[in-house]
Amino acid sequence: MPRRLALRAVALGYLVVLLLAPLAMIFYRTFQHGLEPVWQTLSNPNTVHAFQVTLIAAAIAVPLNTVFGVLCALAIVRRRFRGKGLLNAFIDLPLAVSPVVVGLALYLLYQRTGSWFGPWLAGHGIQVLFAMPAIVLATIFVSVPFVAREVIPTLRELGNEQEQAAATLGATRWQRFWRITLPSIRWAVIYGVILTTARCLGEYGAVAVVSGRILGKTETATTAIDDMIQNFQTSDAYAVAVVLAAIAVLVLVLMTLTKPREDIA
Amino acid sequence: MSIEIRNVTKRFGSFLALDDISLEIAQGSLTALLGPSGSGKSTLLRIVAGLERPDSGEILLSGEDATRLAPQRRDVGFVFQHYAAFKHMTVRDNVGFALSIRKRPKQEIRERVDELLELVQLSGFADRYPSKLSGGQRQRMALARALAAKPQVLLLDEPFGALDARVRAELRDWLRRLHEEVHVTTVFVTHDQEEAMEVADRVAVLDHGRLEQVGAPAELYDNPASEFVLRFVGDAVRLGERLVRPHEILLRRWPSNGAVEVEIERIAVLGADARVDLADGGGERLTARLRRDELDDLDLARGEIVWASAEPSGRVASAGDAEASQTLG
Repeated sequence: MPRRLALRAVALGYLVVLLLAPLAMIFYRTFQHGLEPVWQTLSNPNTVHAFQVTLIAAAIAVPLNTVFGVLCALAIVRRRFRGKGLLNAFIDLPLAVSPVVVGLALYLLYQRTGSWFGPWLAGHGIQVLFAMPAIVLATIFVSVPFVAREVIPTLRELGNEQEQAAATLGATRWQRFWRITLPSIRWAVIYGVILTTARCLGEYGAVAVVSGRILGKTETATTAIDDMIQNFQTSDAYAVAVVLAAIAVLVLVLMTLTKPREDIA
Repeated sequence: MSIEIRNVTKRFGSFLALDDISLEIAQGSLTALLGPSGSGKSTLLRIVAGLERPDSGEILLSGEDATRLAPQRRDVGFVFQHYAAFKHMTVRDNVGFALSIRKRPKQEIRERVDELLELVQLSGFADRYPSKLSGGQRQRMALARALAAKPQVLLLDEPFGALDARVRAELRDWLRRLHEEVHVTTVFVTHDQEEAMEVADRVAVLDHGRLEQVGAPAELYDNPASEFVLRFVGDAVRLGERLVRPHEILLRRWPSNGAVEVEIERIAVLGADARVDLADGGGERLTARLRRDELDDLDLARGEIVWASAEPSGRVASAGDAEASQTLG
């Protein structure tokens, strides 16, 4: 019995020191002087714009990665093809590679001179680096794995008997997907979407390299926090951070609510 | 709809699942594919449904080549061993699935589903989810679902295999009656010879991907074409050089031509029948099945020596007879 208590104390202590304490500190510091300064920071046009950039990047990356993740999961679980193992491994690449490296790779790929895509795009008047396209690309890259990683085990467990039954009942491939497969994996998809969204909103490293961090133009919420700290505007940084943290907490709550009961226990 | 299977061969990697199978199934018949596990019976059924493609050979449905036809265009109903219930749908939506796919009017779907639920005795369960049904109920739901669009062929893959003995016996009966009512061409797969003999009009016996024999249940039992069929369909014991049915063994207190001298090891009375365990001079054990009155007339006791012979003296089964038998059906 004491041993079990000790185990619990260690687990809880670890969480409190490493996770809860910093989070609590941010909330405390933010509201230390009341709501007024917080509101001022958040209503600043540059801050509003930074949040807009983050949200637009997420709004593009999340649907794309959801579709890609479901397709990938279907291909990996249901099909046999050459390079399947490779695809399976590549999906995890964004988790394995530091976002800064991702940013650097995008930089090398798209810079105006001496890169693969940069000169051609520049010739057609399209600017990728230090503009919205680079931010979106970086955000997409880092949030690729989540939907596929959630859906793959669910699909494996599901098997394909229900789909075969639907086929013998007259359902086409398309009808089988919409009426049998998708409803069966919906919780995994939703869970994956929530994780993807959280990752997109929190992305810093890759975006920091390729966005150029131009105030009011290509600044995102996370790079804005960094800039504010660099400029000793700590209370501003707290205010933006608390919004991101609040979103993260919201995501956690959503996840707990959506996840089917038996998985929590 | 009649089914014609022509020279179908199927391999999974290096495993030969079906070896040049040819079989005709008449319109409106009730046929069992019988064989031990790994005999290829389920694979054959799945090929008829279009869930597997044969490596070579053809499937004809109503005389038309359907070998390359997708399952959804074959007009077959398929029932899986583990039900394959749509877990996210109610019983009503499960049963109505084939009709809703075909975009039938809501009212029509409703009426047809009610009618089918009545047929499978699940009327009170329309709004439940499959997880709230017992195994037997789920399988009845799966049957109703397979019948909803009035398929020309009903295919069942070990439909009662996952159910307990009592429910299995009930559903067998029920399938037999259903077939008399609906008269759809029905093929079911089973490894249980009793189930095949009891339910089907015709039984096709498979072993190691080969068709051993096709015929009415009585034909298979009385004239097995190979040692495999003899052993698989009903009990078989070795008497001297021959394989015979236990009930064919005659016991006498005196020697006669061809009779084998045996010692009685045990007598067990099983209701109207009795089982007598015997051992011959070489220590080979065999079992005879006698009617009670025969047993009483003989007045046998354990340890006594008697002479065993068998009625149809002609049968010397060997595996080589399989080809000749395929014409029996």
